[in-house]
Amino acid sequence: MSLQFVVDGLLTGSMIGLGAIGVTLTYSILRFSNFAHGDFMAWGTYATLAVVSAIGATFGKVAPIAPLSFGWPLIVALAIGMAFTALLALLLDKVLFSRLRSQGQAIIVVMASFGASMALRSLLEFTFTSRPTYFSRAIQIAMPVGFGIRITPDQIALLLLTAVLVLGVHLLMTRTQTGRSMQALSQNAALARIVGIDVASVVRVTWVIGGGLACVAGVMIGILVQIRPFMGFDMLLPMFAAAILGGIGSIPGAVLGGLIIGLAEASAVQLIGAEWRAAVSFIILMAVLFVRPIGLFGVRER
Amino acid sequence: MDLLGYGAFFLTTALIFSLVTLGLNLQWGLTGLFNVGLAGFVAIGAYTSALLTTPDDAARLGGFDLPILVGWLGAMVVGGIAAALTGMATLRLRSDYLAITTFGVAVVVQLVALNAQKLTGGPFGIGFIPRPFGGLAETPLLFNFSNLAVVSVVTLIAYLALEHLSRSPWGRVLKALREDERAAISLGKSARFYRVQTFAVGGAIMALAGALQAHFTGFIAPDNYLPILTFQVWVMLIVGGSGSNLGAVIGSILVWAIWAGSGTLTSILFPPEQQARAAALQIAAIGVMLCVILLIRPNGLLGDRPRRPWFGKRAKVATAKSISPS
Repeated sequence: MSLQFVVDGLLTGSMIGLGAIGVTLTYSILRFSNFAHGDFMAWGTYATLAVVSAIGATFGKVAPIAPLSFGWPLIVALAIGMAFTALLALLLDKVLFSRLRSQGQAIIVVMASFGASMALRSLLEFTFTSRPTYFSRAIQIAMPVGFGIRITPDQIALLLLTAVLVLGVHLLMTRTQTGRSMQALSQNAALARIVGIDVASVVRVTWVIGGGLACVAGVMIGILVQIRPFMGFDMLLPMFAAAILGGIGSIPGAVLGGLIIGLAEASAVQLIGAEWRAAVSFIILMAVLFVRPIGLFGVRER
Repeated sequence: MDLLGYGAFFLTTALIFSLVTLGLNLQWGLTGLFNVGLAGFVAIGAYTSALLTTPDDAARLGGFDLPILVGWLGAMVVGGIAAALTGMATLRLRSDYLAITTFGVAVVVQLVALNAQKLTGGPFGIGFIPRPFGGLAETPLLFNFSNLAVVSVVTLIAYLALEHLSRSPWGRVLKALREDERAAISLGKSARFYRVQTFAVGGAIMALAGALQAHFTGFIAPDNYLPILTFQVWVMLIVGGSGSNLGAVIGSILVWAIWAGSGTLTSILFPPEQQARAAALQIAAIGVMLCVILLIRPNGLLGDRPRRPWFGKRAKVATAKSISPS
């Protein structure tokens, strides 16, 4: 078996991991599993695509940056798309989740997120139809890097971007006051309130980080695979599995979980066949639930 | 005459949906177990019964040509076992884990239905499933009404059995667990054991509904069991009011009427090439409707009792409250 699966696995794992950060933060701070998170990905990607075509219409054709398949328009569009997805998450929280949270029935919020996920996805299907689209149809030549592994410049750039983002979020969570407030709230909400942590602002930061990273993960899928209304929904199970494998609330755990699942999926594709890929996350999820339900870096519930 | 036949056909489908909703009501309405993969359990029932009752087929496993009743019983057994296993894996953990796991079950069942050609016929599905009154197919009206009669009888039996169950000592334990878990446990009732039982019975009812549907249409394919099915049934239960069996049945008929009606409307109003988009809009509208009902009337049309679902740990109620912006 060729070692190519390592690169494929790391790439899939980055997408899953970036998405899983949002899932794990929502779960640990807002205490519900958000089934609409995958659809944040898809909305972010379509928003980015819309901005890219808007820029293309205004400035004409822009040449891509040297070895990459995309130019500055995509980078600008990604920033706008991230902001858009963060706003979408905040809006959905304002009109739906926060009101249900105030009724104190956590599982109702999960169900509402399920309904919101259906509505969001179907709206995308209505607007853009279910036909797949692409950021670029150009084919990149993969460079051999030894050990039988080939990698394209796009893939290297996206892996680097993931590393930078993950490091950034990790530093934010561990080194800043905001991050410490988030951790406090996830560990003991009542106590966090007593010491005067601004809960509303922590909730906002949670949605902004989750939404922004979901958009990046979606755009990665868009660049490397394709853009479809179902692209996010299909990532939901791997993201949940990664968040639980890493331990709910742990950012490094979510990313590591994502990478493990990505590598497992890629090797399953080589060994068993691509059609069984989606079962990998389920098997890993079940194994974690049976063997170590708190995950790799999880803390036992108080 | 046509209208009468369509009415019978409509009611048959709606009653099969109510059977699924009754199963979900047992799991969610009575016990607070969150199942977002019910399409998977419906599919398990449909495929089990199809495998047991179809004539021998060289292209795949079985076709055992057994009587239809055996198929239905088999569907309930397999569906119940699948649900029990899911419950055993997750019910000792936080309630969200059950949601995520059932979601995974649906994904995996869909995958098996699509890819395990030897077992499920793959994307082409299974045909030639015997129908209870296949001999009457010459006269559609009679055929439709005999189907309706069978489905009505099965739904009625399930309804009465569930009503009886919820009043029986077993049902009282479930209510006690829902209302005050600690008190029930202190009386020596194992919360996990009762929940696994409920989840298994609910799964068996869903599987039976899947089997009924398979024998009613005579053909099944993986496309019948997409997440949209789960979503439809949830809307039916929430509209009807979770916790009430009667509400589950009425909600199913009502929502199916809205669904089928708006489907007919879009097919009249929109040109063929826009049909797929119109259907997407229809789903979006129903999704919004679900959220609105949860916001303004979380107990549905008939569910008026105050309900406290299971949280795994009571402390979370307090934390969930304290997080909400005041």
